[in-house]
Amino acid sequence: MSEETMEPGGVRKKFMYVNRKAPYGTIYALESLEVALIGAAFEQDVSLAFVDDGVYELAKGQNTKGIEMKNFSPTYRALEGYDIEKLYVAKESLDTRGLTEADLLVPVQVVSAPELAKLMAEQDVILSF
Amino acid sequence: MKFSILVNEGPYTHQAADTAYQFTKTALEKGHEIFRVFFYHDGVHNGTRLTVPPQDERNIVKRWSELAEKYKLDMVVCIAAAQRRGVMDASESKRHGFNADNIAPGFRISGLGQLIEAGIQADRIITFGD
Repeated sequence: MSEETMEPGGVRKKFMYVNRKAPYGTIYALESLEVALIGAAFEQDVSLAFVDDGVYELAKGQNTKGIEMKNFSPTYRALEGYDIEKLYVAKESLDTRGLTEADLLVPVQVVSAPELAKLMAEQDVILSF
Repeated sequence: MKFSILVNEGPYTHQAADTAYQFTKTALEKGHEIFRVFFYHDGVHNGTRLTVPPQDERNIVKRWSELAEKYKLDMVVCIAAAQRRGVMDASESKRHGFNADNIAPGFRISGLGQLIEAGIQADRIITFGD
């Protein structure tokens, strides 16, 4: 069986994928990324938000050799090729973890909690992982 | 209203699997439409027929199957998540060279595109999970 790529009725909705978990430790981050990549084929208005430990998903210099997991972080660099260019990162989540935009793999928009809340309110579909 | 349901957690471990069922059942009883129930992450384990809970406990898998039959529910198990976790239908099992399958009645295995479509088609998509 293969992935379907139908585009029902040509509807274009605003989809936001909210990434809240560290990249390793649980599978949520990896499987969330898989949704975003498959979803790209549906030509929806897609954005990704990274909050809480989810900001670690975008951290540079991930080395997973010791835990025998695939380092899937390079895939975030490929998102642009899927026309997924709206990446929002919660400023408070970066701050509390001692991270800055310079620590991240890809260009992002750093947004405050109220700004992120506003963006979320504008969405048609929010999938939170 | 037309809902889609996303179930992200496995049965018996996490309340989300129960709450998703209870929400879906109640919505249907109240005359709402469920466009699709999509099982992802460990949620795919809700769709294995090889569960045998103690007799004095609820049977989560059977409960879903019965609901699907009664309301002609579309219940989709994500193929990628299912392959990782050993949930197979007959054709997937054969394709991978196994001699058994374990998908429960009323569930079907399909791609993540079905989740995106569920989001597009429904008025609301509701996630049950952590």
